[in-house]
Amino acid sequence: MEQPNLSYIQSMSGGDKVFEQKLIDIIKIEFPEEKEVYYANYTSKDFKQAAENVHKLKHKISILGLEKSYEIAVAFEENLLEGNTNLNDQFESILNTITNYLKQL
Amino acid sequence: MNCIIIDDEATARAIIGQLCTNVKSLNVLEEFPNAIQAIKFLNQNEVDLIFLDIRMPDFTGFDFIETLKNPPKIILTTSDANFAIQAFEYDCIVDYLVKPITPERFQKAIQKAETMSPKVVATSASDKEVASSGNDLYVNIDRRLIKIDIPSIYLVEAKGDYIHVKTEDKNYTVHSTLKKIEDKLPEDLFLKVHRSFIINIKKIIDIEDNSVLIKKDVIPVSRSNRPELMKRLNLL
Repeated sequence: MEQPNLSYIQSMSGGDKVFEQKLIDIIKIEFPEEKEVYYANYTSKDFKQAAENVHKLKHKISILGLEKSYEIAVAFEENLLEGNTNLNDQFESILNTITNYLKQL
Repeated sequence: MNCIIIDDEATARAIIGQLCTNVKSLNVLEEFPNAIQAIKFLNQNEVDLIFLDIRMPDFTGFDFIETLKNPPKIILTTSDANFAIQAFEYDCIVDYLVKPITPERFQKAIQKAETMSPKVVATSASDKEVASSGNDLYVNIDRRLIKIDIPSIYLVEAKGDYIHVKTEDKNYTVHSTLKKIEDKLPEDLFLKVHRSFIINIKKIIDIEDNSVLIKKDVIPVSRSNRPELMKRLNLL
């Protein structure tokens, strides 16, 4: 499975390490919150709201350089709007990968 | 150019803010996590450019644009490419950036904003105290945009410079005209029965010669509007 990286963040920062750290700190706060909201909505079978949460999360997936995972998130968001949860396992695996990565930063 | 950033995602605001710092001509005045806060700011301040997310809870970027009388230049920033066609229905929208935004693409958008003539006004958003979006109607009350579910409206009454909007749950007094709200309500559901009254024809309880009963309100029907009312009823 592909692994998160900081390529995009570094391309944005132009070498500004303060900004890089600031952005990582924001993601470390925001990602777990968005993830929890997603799990709550998914568990309660509110798939429309869960799709909204996936929509937000997919930005962070792309920021962390997960290109294939991003495509899965795009498809999962569309599926959820139709009540289709087939990609849930793959999506949760992506969330776990990011969670573990953020712990190392 | 003085600009503001509106996005419910802190990560996105930080990225756009950083991209702005690399452009000398840009001066970020404020960042907002929702459109309502931005509207309050814009009531007191002028800006040249807005970076605007589309999908935000409760109040979307397009809802926000519809509230602006003289919108400044707007660059949409979104994770969803599906709104591009809708976006270009607005003259004020300069560009449409899909996240994650790259510095190169951001630069292009800024160049477009700089070359575009100032104060281009949105084609579909002028002079509105009342703006509709699908089944919802947004009314401006004390600088707050309140959402009303259109089918729940049963009566609108003109009172001088104001209109009273009565719904199943609540009544609202809005600084607007009957004509403006009439343009926003679906024709198949609403009918102007008198120069001061618009009714929801699904909510009629009974009709007498020159009046209709809606809830507990007896509403006059003017002679000239009566034929249209009768035409709209499913008469036996």
